[in-house]
Amino acid sequence: MKYKQTPSQTIGPFFAHGLTAEQYRYNYTSIAHPVVADHSVPGEQIIVQGRVFDGAGNSCTDAMLECWQCDAEGRYSDRQQDPKAGGFKGFGRVGTGMNEAGRYEIRTIKPASIYGQAPHINVTLFMRGMLNHQFTRIYFSDEEDLNARDKMLNLVPEDRRQTLIARRLEIAGATVYEFNIYVQGEQETVFFDL
Amino acid sequence: MNKRDWNNHPPLVYPDYKSTVVRNPAKPLIPVPEEMMDLRMPVYGDAVIDKLDHDLTKNSIVNGEPLGERIVIHGKVIDEQGRGIPNVLVEIWQCNSTGRYIHKLDQHDAPLDPNFVGAGRALTDDAGNYRFYTIKPGAYPWGNHPNAWRPAHIHFSLFGHQFADRLITQMYFPGDPLFAYDPIFNSVPAHARDLLVADFKIELTEPGFALGYEFNIVLRGSRQTPFE
Repeated sequence: MKYKQTPSQTIGPFFAHGLTAEQYRYNYTSIAHPVVADHSVPGEQIIVQGRVFDGAGNSCTDAMLECWQCDAEGRYSDRQQDPKAGGFKGFGRVGTGMNEAGRYEIRTIKPASIYGQAPHINVTLFMRGMLNHQFTRIYFSDEEDLNARDKMLNLVPEDRRQTLIARRLEIAGATVYEFNIYVQGEQETVFFDL
Repeated sequence: MNKRDWNNHPPLVYPDYKSTVVRNPAKPLIPVPEEMMDLRMPVYGDAVIDKLDHDLTKNSIVNGEPLGERIVIHGKVIDEQGRGIPNVLVEIWQCNSTGRYIHKLDQHDAPLDPNFVGAGRALTDDAGNYRFYTIKPGAYPWGNHPNAWRPAHIHFSLFGHQFADRLITQMYFPGDPLFAYDPIFNSVPAHARDLLVADFKIELTEPGFALGYEFNIVLRGSRQTPFE
């Protein structure tokens, strides 16, 4: 290759006024939000929530997640993203710094199965102390048959696959999937060399 | 989709930057066959760009101009073959000229600037070029080790055309005496550190107005040329 890739650097602790300004209530606009699909979007409305834990078991309150998914008919959006409009965006961004627990919450619809893969949400994780972002995926606990045949999950050693599967809960009438990310340790989440 | 060039990126754990030790995977990343890497990114365009988004010296004025040294940054976003990449969303954020971020958790005892948020964005043009006006950020202390100071830097975030072609990096200024002491800068392999340092350019300097810097950025891109 003629040119070498520009090296990655950490997002640092103070990204919110730039990348998640509206969520953190800074005086700047945002290109993406924790709402990936609003109530007008056809499909099963879900909330994905969880926390990010470091290797010492501490909840990280300065992480940022980006998520990218298809809609309930298996389409990735190819329209220009307009953060001021409603409807299906497919792409979202959320920081974990808005509560002491470090909990994030994404409002979306459950994606369809596409290309023979189980329904999933693609996730990129950034935080202080990470010089390189990490890629992971969220799968769904009520899709056992499709999960068992999914080609990405099948790249993962069997005893680690459950780290990618969000647990379905019903909370106050809402469908919630809980997905914690353990960046290190016994329950370490699987990350892909994408 | 080309793979991440791990010879050019920092390691996951770089012990001199202390928080890397507990904040990175210890188990190996799962390799993914190249044909499974392709997934297009969301499309961003004019809907996210207001006319002052690229000008941090003007996009948050309350009652005057921000204090500090005005600079203009020109750059081209290219792939590994050197081809310009159009329509790349480039987001930047930084501290002000005193070394203070507007972020609520920044405790550094240096003044905030009421006219400076320190955030902006731009899209690359058809040839891959972008441009920002801003204020040169200051150095600031941090708690990593005794008397630790970050060299002046601007954070850059870029969306390539593929989901995996994502980059967050930092742009530094030439000749900074703090380079030798900064573990974040030095986490990058020695042969690649220059790629994070902007070039001062008198040709880009705007007479009577702003010092000019050039900061080109190389994304992964795809091996195939689009016309083959």
